[in-house]
Amino acid sequence: MPCSIAVASTEMFMRLRTFAGTAWRIVRQPAAHLSLGVLTLGGFVAGIVFWGGFNTALEMTNTESFCISCHEMENNLYYDLQQTIHYSNRSGVRATCPDCHVPHEWTPKMARKMQASKEVWGKVFGSIDTREKFLALQLELAQREWARLKANDSLECRNCHDYDTMDFTRQSARAAAAHERWLGSRERTCIDCHKGIAHSLPNMHGIPQG
Amino acid sequence: MRTMACVALSLLLWSLCAIAQEPLSPQSELLTERVERSIDPFRRGAHLLAEPTPPPIAHVEDNDVRRARGWPEQPPTIPHAIHGYQLDRNSNRCMVCHSRAAAEKFQAPMISVTHFMDRSGQVLAQLSPRRWFCTQCHVVQSTTPNLVENRFIDIDALLDRRGLD
Repeated sequence: MPCSIAVASTEMFMRLRTFAGTAWRIVRQPAAHLSLGVLTLGGFVAGIVFWGGFNTALEMTNTESFCISCHEMENNLYYDLQQTIHYSNRSGVRATCPDCHVPHEWTPKMARKMQASKEVWGKVFGSIDTREKFLALQLELAQREWARLKANDSLECRNCHDYDTMDFTRQSARAAAAHERWLGSRERTCIDCHKGIAHSLPNMHGIPQG
Repeated sequence: MRTMACVALSLLLWSLCAIAQEPLSPQSELLTERVERSIDPFRRGAHLLAEPTPPPIAHVEDNDVRRARGWPEQPPTIPHAIHGYQLDRNSNRCMVCHSRAAAEKFQAPMISVTHFMDRSGQVLAQLSPRRWFCTQCHVVQSTTPNLVENRFIDIDALLDRRGLD
């Protein structure tokens, strides 16, 4: 039995080698019928089409409708969001999933998208596909996000909420005092006090909230 | 014979019932009118069969001004808005500011000592579980006209009145 497997794998390896050899020969040979101009321009246009397509597909994964196409997201996290001020408020200015969870700059965004392959794994293997599983994992997921926001000084919050142009006269006295005292002095960052602003909190026993 | 008796008896009963249904006197009509207008104070006197336009939803007072208490043990009303404050088994947003540890940092009144006591009056180290859900007793206020007449007399006023007797 092991003998036949070894034979089969050697045979497959030989086939792969032949294929690779052919491919390399084709790629290495200079073009017989097409001019340099056609190849260059064609390559350029194809590159643009590819890049545009790539980014379009990437941006499609950056929309709220994509995120909530998974029932795990829609039933747990989107439902939480719907009770909060980031969903429905006086001015109707909303925050959607990527606004807070995906960096806006290109390089960090690519990095995040590569990390997101772990989420594909989670979807395939159902890491939070029931309410109970979600609640069991909720704290860990939340802590990861809080750590991320703490590390980048609540960058995603600051994408919309700018401290320098905050009008304290339009906030309540407590809010104005707290913002001036801790945000102004850079002693704290947004996420330190505003945990649970978008999704309901897991059991917060032992976790500081202020 | 028996059938006749039954029929006669039922006829008698029916006629008695019919007599008992007097036409409404003017006084009972007024009573019905009052009932139809006062079933639910939220209807603010609208007739039961009418469909009134509800008034606009009142804003919650958010000025941090402490209000007077009606009697010493009254749970103080909340002088600020609490919209979106999570208060469930997972998290108590009120205690983030009003706990003993945080009161100084946020300049918020610490929860009273009664909130540290269990049902036997023993003082615990932290908030007693029976006091976890603040909004069972403490509420926000909004400036709206009273729905129901309030005839409550403050004890101080009562004591003053007694002094004059």
